[in-house]
Amino acid sequence: MEVLADILLVIGSAFMAIGSLGLLRMPDVYNRLQAGTKAATLGAMALLLGIGLHHPDWWPKLLVIAGFVLFTNPVGSSTIARAARMTGIKPWSADKQQGDA
Amino acid sequence: MTLTALQLLAVLLLAVAIGFSVIRLLRGPTTLDRVVAADTLAVITTAGLVGLAAVFDNPVYLDVALVYGTLAFVGTVAIARAIEGNKG
Repeated sequence: MEVLADILLVIGSAFMAIGSLGLLRMPDVYNRLQAGTKAATLGAMALLLGIGLHHPDWWPKLLVIAGFVLFTNPVGSSTIARAARMTGIKPWSADKQQGDA
Repeated sequence: MTLTALQLLAVLLLAVAIGFSVIRLLRGPTTLDRVVAADTLAVITTAGLVGLAAVFDNPVYLDVALVYGTLAFVGTVAIARAIEGNKG
């Protein structure tokens, strides 16, 4: 059980690291939103599950934190995407090769 | 408390994630890139605070993580709405 919890911790941290790598490598705001938010949310869920297996008496608070992350991340990312759309940032396309990758 | 090898690897990967996000936060060409990086950094910090609770074996850090997540969410939405309102 302890080893399973540790493996879940590594999986969660790896997803966050890969999401941040996507945040660094993707070409424009919309792609960065996809890479950053979704991978970081999945990584946070796996990490919270791993901590919950280590400390079973913390389940209620961990569930509250998990539900909160699951609720706020999509709202925040859609608000950012809406702001980007309103300010007139065009989605990246392979023809123009704009933005720094 | 001593960390096992897998837990040390998890801490190292979290540090890598924070490093990448901070690079994007400093380099982002537009303000919204920085907002995206700050949002991702807030999620990573929330998870890191939960991990800190396990390392110190002290459940008070769970409350800290919850409050930090709330304030970061409010900040992200406020900044995004303010940018949207400037040009719209």
